[in-house]
Amino acid sequence: MIDRHSWLFWPDNAALSVLALAILVMLFLYAARKPMHGVIHSVCNLVTQSTRFISKWLFLSAENLRLRNQAVLLAHSQESAAAMIDREFERVGNIIRKDMQEFPALQRKLMEEVTRIEEDYRRCGEVPPPPPEWVGALESVSQLKSGGDIPRKLLEDINKSIQKIHDKTVAEYRRSYEERHKILKSMQPVWRSVDKLMVEMDKKMLTLHSNAKQIDDDMTKFAGMRAKDIKTEHALTVSAFVQLAISSLVMVIAMGGAFINYKLIALPMSEMVGASDYITNSLRTSDVAALVIILMEASMGLFLLESLRITQLFPKIASMDDRMRRRLMLASLIFLVILAGIESSLALMRDMLVADKSSLMRDLASTAPPVTDNWMSNIPMAGQMIMGFVLPFALAFVAIPLESVVHSLRTVIGVVLVQTMRGTGFVLRFTGVVFRRFARVLESAYDILIVIPLMVERWVLALRDSSTAKGQSKLGSAS
Amino acid sequence: MKRSLPVSLMLFGALFASACGDSRVHSQAVYMLVDTSGSYAKQVNKAAKVVNYLLATLNPGDSLAVAKVETRSFTEKDIVAKVTFDKRPSQSIEQKRAFKVKIDSFARDAHGSAYTDITGALIQGAEYLNETKAGNKTIVIFSDMQEELNKGTVRDFPIDLKGIRIVALNVSKLGTDNADPRLYLDRLARWEARVRKAGATDWVVVNDLENNMDSILNSR
Repeated sequence: MIDRHSWLFWPDNAALSVLALAILVMLFLYAARKPMHGVIHSVCNLVTQSTRFISKWLFLSAENLRLRNQAVLLAHSQESAAAMIDREFERVGNIIRKDMQEFPALQRKLMEEVTRIEEDYRRCGEVPPPPPEWVGALESVSQLKSGGDIPRKLLEDINKSIQKIHDKTVAEYRRSYEERHKILKSMQPVWRSVDKLMVEMDKKMLTLHSNAKQIDDDMTKFAGMRAKDIKTEHALTVSAFVQLAISSLVMVIAMGGAFINYKLIALPMSEMVGASDYITNSLRTSDVAALVIILMEASMGLFLLESLRITQLFPKIASMDDRMRRRLMLASLIFLVILAGIESSLALMRDMLVADKSSLMRDLASTAPPVTDNWMSNIPMAGQMIMGFVLPFALAFVAIPLESVVHSLRTVIGVVLVQTMRGTGFVLRFTGVVFRRFARVLESAYDILIVIPLMVERWVLALRDSSTAKGQSKLGSAS
Repeated sequence: MKRSLPVSLMLFGALFASACGDSRVHSQAVYMLVDTSGSYAKQVNKAAKVVNYLLATLNPGDSLAVAKVETRSFTEKDIVAKVTFDKRPSQSIEQKRAFKVKIDSFARDAHGSAYTDITGALIQGAEYLNETKAGNKTIVIFSDMQEELNKGTVRDFPIDLKGIRIVALNVSKLGTDNADPRLYLDRLARWEARVRKAGATDWVVVNDLENNMDSILNSR
């Protein structure tokens, strides 16, 4: 065993030994001052340069990655935006095609209504009363110079005929007004029809207008993407984060559904593949088989949605000709229905197995079976069977959030990676700066340790300088 | 493509083989000895309850045998019932029902024997358990652990219980134990030393059958 005091020069006098050792160390450190300063400086410089180099590389890589992410994000978004614009144009096209088909009929109907209104309008124009023909006769009678009974009689006759004509004219006038009122009354439904047609046209124009506005918005976004606008890129990145969050939430819900599904079929699967076979220490073959069934359902759902062109995870399926795609869709649907049927029967089997096991447990515990109402006791079984049939179809829709996750995850990971690289780059840069300053701090700290030899050195140098100065002054005075 | 197909087939085959070959390693085998000697024969109903517990706990693919401990127990004739449960749960439930019927019948007709050959029963049990090739092997001894051999029965030789867990159940105290508890404790210590020397993985004593039944089987 090594003696703890073996390093002491004078074991009886520790203080003196320590002092001697300190002086020795100090002398050694003083002697090694220059090389030590060099080492400190070199090490700090090495760290500074390395961190600076790595930081620079990280910033450069981050920028490259950002550009790559930007390119991918914009390309994908352009594709999506183009698809949306395409869809909007298709909608507008459909509206216009439909309206244009209806437009001649509508126009003819409108023209007919307008013509009827015009005719009616013309017919209901006010007919002026006939001019008073008797006025000329009256003037002739008044110019007769000889008086007597003849003019009076004439005037009386005229009065009578005027009265008669007046009555006839008034009657005619009233009849005419009555007719015009009738015409005007008959015009009411025509006006209403015209108004309805106009409202209909207005509605269609409004739909068209909103579609055009949507196209305008999409086109603005698309233009922003084409121009690689920072604002658009930022908006797309934020959108990717939101998409990922929403899709992940939906995926978690779907996973919950898948778990319930798994629980429904894991026990009856042991009836098929055996309950005592294990793949690993804790993984039963029956559990894996149940999991495989669920994954197969999800895959069939994925193919179904792919062939319906709802998702586009497989370009090969998207580029298939329509006949082939329809076949694939039919095949996926048939498989999905078969799997749903299998699952439903497995759910039934599960219920039977559970009931059988409960019955055995009762037998083993020697307890009487519970009195159950048949109708009520069948509800869980029916529920399980329905769930077993429905859950595979519900699970099929997981392809939609999955696609969203796949697309948005790339952007999100890219952004996180860029930020991490930038953060690390900054930390390294900062470390480099700190180390550059730290070299001086370490040098000063080293000098503090050997402050006494340094003071002696300064004193000796000062003494030497003063003696040299004195010698020179003496020489100067002598000369 | 031509190369990848055989490789895939081999990988699949290996996985299939490993999956199938692994089944026995995870299974349990239990051999229960029921002491029917003297006054202990009255406790057979208690033993039937333990068997019921085992039936409720064991899974498809597991094995269970119940044998009685008599004057000379190193014989298959003493096995009351034995079964290896089918891999299918529905079949295993039926087997359990049939097993219970046999045990109930045994419990009804059990009669006391003059001697208690625990060692012979242990050797018989170990033989049965080793044949099952189960991953977890347990011998449950429902007895007071007082061995009494008749003349001519030789059991004083080393026995082999490698890889087997021994559980002593309901080790009741005898009249002499009450007078001197050291007899009881020595008896248990002697048995523990003997089975451990024979290579048993564990020695467990369970006397509280109401609350400590879980200790009988190894948790998987």
